[in-house]
Amino acid sequence: MANDCHFHSEVISVSEQTTKHISHLARTIPPSGIRRYFDIAQQMEDIVSLGVGEPDFMTPWKICDAAISSFEHNTSYTSNAGLPSLRNAISQYLDQRFGTYYDPDHEVVVTSGVSEGLDVAIRATIDPGDEVLTVDPIFVSYAPCITMSGGVSVPVPCLEKDQFRLTPDAIMERITPKTKALVLNFPNNPTGAVMRREDLCSIADICVDHDLLVLSDEIYAEMTYEGDHVAVASIPELYDRTITLSGFSKAWAMTGFRVGYLCAPKELCQAALKIHQYVMMSAPTASQYGALEALRGELDDVREMIREYRLRRNMIVDGLVRAGLSCHMPQGAFYAFPSIESTGLSDIEFAERLIREAHVAAVPGSVFGPSGAGHIRCAYAVSRSDLSIALERISDFISSL
Amino acid sequence: MDTKDNDLLFLLEKDCTLPLHELAAMLQCSEEEVASRRAMLEEEKIIRGYTALIDWDRAKNPSVMAIVELRITPEHEYGYDRIAERIARFSNVKSLRLQTGTYDLQLLVQGKTMHDVASFVSEHIASMDRIKETATHIIMKTYKENGVLYYEREDGKRLPFSF
Repeated sequence: MANDCHFHSEVISVSEQTTKHISHLARTIPPSGIRRYFDIAQQMEDIVSLGVGEPDFMTPWKICDAAISSFEHNTSYTSNAGLPSLRNAISQYLDQRFGTYYDPDHEVVVTSGVSEGLDVAIRATIDPGDEVLTVDPIFVSYAPCITMSGGVSVPVPCLEKDQFRLTPDAIMERITPKTKALVLNFPNNPTGAVMRREDLCSIADICVDHDLLVLSDEIYAEMTYEGDHVAVASIPELYDRTITLSGFSKAWAMTGFRVGYLCAPKELCQAALKIHQYVMMSAPTASQYGALEALRGELDDVREMIREYRLRRNMIVDGLVRAGLSCHMPQGAFYAFPSIESTGLSDIEFAERLIREAHVAAVPGSVFGPSGAGHIRCAYAVSRSDLSIALERISDFISSL
Repeated sequence: MDTKDNDLLFLLEKDCTLPLHELAAMLQCSEEEVASRRAMLEEEKIIRGYTALIDWDRAKNPSVMAIVELRITPEHEYGYDRIAERIARFSNVKSLRLQTGTYDLQLLVQGKTMHDVASFVSEHIASMDRIKETATHIIMKTYKENGVLYYEREDGKRLPFSF
């Protein structure tokens, strides 16, 4: 700028000048509900955080090693859809592990994490005015992504009395002629709920009758503790109308790699690929080599981490119940979702006082949608010693109320 | 051996000092059940013992550790077992394994000084019948033992919140 702004009034006018360039969408989309807690946490020294939605494990070193080695021979873009060898590996993995086959040449796109996958999936399918049913509570990005596509997000409550599973009745109550799609996220963040085969079959008919597209985010599939994960696309009636999103961030502890995938029948997949190629070109190449290594051989590292999460889950649920909270036993993901209604506080108040008074960070359930109110999300992706400290502090905090 | 036994072994192998109540919470059973499962695993000698992992360098202990490898002519009928059991009797042989490759037995030997280790190997081990060759490697530094790092590492910090 040619003139320095010496006067306050000028600064304001410059700031207004700048603000007016911001789109209506960016101005009106609500910020993340967690910013406030983040700021409090940053100011404190001895916080134990159960607010982190990512593994506490380091990425298995053979994966890092493969990514590092890749720099010696390939730092170019990959094909838009991703390395052919990685798409092959993903296709085989999904087929063998969950019984869902996708043609690696036309039905798999490697994305920059599920976050990008869900963005392109929604943009490829949702028109302005379309209503999209989303399980509630759910991971925070869905509603804003739907809004950004001009769609209308319609939360479908998944209640504790149903073990936070999605029921056919809840869907039926919210279907209108404008309903275009249903977003599923099981194992669920934040509740840890899973959908059994019979649960999915019971909603499959509705999806067929009302011609709904299904977007299924299965990033926590490997973290299913009792029985096997049932992929939505493994339900024959749903395969043709399902876009499956998943990735490596959680089970392989690869959050910073930013690599995931989108799989769908050819036409849907190619539509998503078209958007992906304009907004992302291709997922980071080194990360794709890391992901390829992740799928090679036995998944021993993953199994060991999952066992550890399962044992911690038992520990945290036991501790929360001893502290006086009611807490359903999550069957998947790495979150406990206790009810804090017995304390008489709202989830927002509880989380704020918990961090200020007990120095334990947890996320208020209502951040994940209206049905999350009255609960807090406690991630157990922390070491057992930290978990022990957190549980003791939570117990003392509840006694002090 | 069921899943609970397996989980119990997994937990104890990493930390055998875990209190019963924590084990019980993680295994979703009573403390009594954990105790009886553990007793059973001890009785069956699946659990061979409970020891501490000590960084003797940090404790400023002046002892010397060496890996000693031996080539052996196996015995008719007994193979390597009898000679291995003879070697295992020495209290300064801390571990002993049969391995594949150029050498057959691998010993971890402890001594007060390098000379101590050398004379033990030449006088007591190399002189035994059926030992064809020895190779002694003095350990200079331990970086990792039983899955535990013997050095500090600064890992990247996670954000206090993420979804």
